[in-house]
Amino acid sequence: MQYLLLIYENEKRFAAGYNPEEMKEYMAFGQTYGKAIKGGNALQATTTATTVRVRDGKRLTTDGPFAETKEQLGGFYLVEANNLDDAIEMAGKIPGARFGSVEVRPIETFGA
Amino acid sequence: MRELEDVFRKEWGRILSALISALGDFDVAEEALQEAFSSAVVDWAQETPRNPRAWLYTTAKHKAIDTIRRRANFAHKQSELMLREELRTNFAPAMEEDSTVPDERLRLIFTCCHPALPAEAQVALTLRTLCGLTTEEIAHAFLLPAPTIAQRLVRAKNKIRKAAIPYRVPSAPDVPERLSVVMAVVYLVFNEGYAAAQGDALVRQELCTEAIRLTRLLRNLLPQPEAELDALLALMLLHDSRRRARVGPTGELILLADQDRTCWNHAQIDEGCALVHSAFQAGPIGPYAIEAAIAALHSRAARAEETDWKQICALYGRLFGLHESPVVALNYAVAKSMAEGPEAALPLVEALKSSLEDYYLWHATRADLLRRLGRNAEAAVTYQRALDLTQNEVERRFLTRRLAALSDN
Repeated sequence: MQYLLLIYENEKRFAAGYNPEEMKEYMAFGQTYGKAIKGGNALQATTTATTVRVRDGKRLTTDGPFAETKEQLGGFYLVEANNLDDAIEMAGKIPGARFGSVEVRPIETFGA
Repeated sequence: MRELEDVFRKEWGRILSALISALGDFDVAEEALQEAFSSAVVDWAQETPRNPRAWLYTTAKHKAIDTIRRRANFAHKQSELMLREELRTNFAPAMEEDSTVPDERLRLIFTCCHPALPAEAQVALTLRTLCGLTTEEIAHAFLLPAPTIAQRLVRAKNKIRKAAIPYRVPSAPDVPERLSVVMAVVYLVFNEGYAAAQGDALVRQELCTEAIRLTRLLRNLLPQPEAELDALLALMLLHDSRRRARVGPTGELILLADQDRTCWNHAQIDEGCALVHSAFQAGPIGPYAIEAAIAALHSRAARAEETDWKQICALYGRLFGLHESPVVALNYAVAKSMAEGPEAALPLVEALKSSLEDYYLWHATRADLLRRLGRNAEAAVTYQRALDLTQNEVERRFLTRRLAALSDN
């Protein structure tokens, strides 16, 4: 079973760059769960984001995500886990969980 | 079929817990067990089987396999065919000689009370699966429409399946966190039954009984004793012991001070007090232990005037240390008013204005202190404010009586 672990944090924390200590923690996390992690990335700030919609066949392009929220999606991991408890366990070890929150979403599988 | 009803009450949760474990699916297990009980109505008419639990378990398993086969025949879905194979190899051979049914209720309760499920779904699922209450009974008890409860149950079961919430007892380091969720669910069920709201008194009493039964079950099933669980059981037993004394003949609420204490259930009080004692000895002392100790002090007073308010006040202080909530602070103030007089408590109550202004009990408490201080005009206005803030019929009647008594003086 696969889960996407979405890391939400106040991105202002990274405005002046990443904390090297924290980067080490992320590296360690990656090593501990190397087998389970199927993919993952950090994302650039929402100030670099673009939103695209198609309405009545017309494409609308705007800057940034719409809602002003306190926490933004800042990165993700795609992991393989036996069950939700194991995924929660991993989510709790992501350094970002201490500052923001990690959303655990099961990956949809479409019937064979 | 009185007998079958008793078997249902006693065995539903236990058999269902084993079926879910064997079948890996809440819905299939539940449907199969329901069908097994329907069969029992006919099959047991002549003679009750020697081991009703095993009979029901085996019959339900047969029914479940039938269902799965039928579905597989219709749909030819690969996964279901695989499940069918799995069932045939792992499960069918052992079936005939099944006389013992594994007790998987601990897994079931931790799954129903998984923190990934919303609180109201945890409650509904626990009552449905472990206690065997029907959707209609749960709806009736919570004064909600049945479709609302049905929807909560469907959504919860979907989440268990789709997000793969495991059917297991959490590993040791996670037990305290997970147990606190289970205890919160049980206490919520109890309070729903105990709160003096409107509704069918019998159904509400059943919620209290189920909550106590669940807690006893948990204590029996957990590998090691938990002080807070003992304390929770004590707390519920002590509150429940006053059940007959706290509501008058016309459904009016009778305050602790005015209750006929000979109507209290003293066997339950003795058990509750003993549990509080052992919970304090074992520790760590948590909020349930403190609340239970307060309830025990009330229970020990043969007359209201003999209540040890000094100790109760100290316990509320300690509770506030663990859990800094304005409601606990309000209770502390009430205890202080009883221990040292209303003038000592009024400033404490006034200080809670900003956080409790919309809470009827804050106004009711303040009104009471004003009345005791002889400031009747202010008390009347304040009782009226409390009245405006509560919808609960029993509470409204109580406040109205207080207000009337004020103008009589």
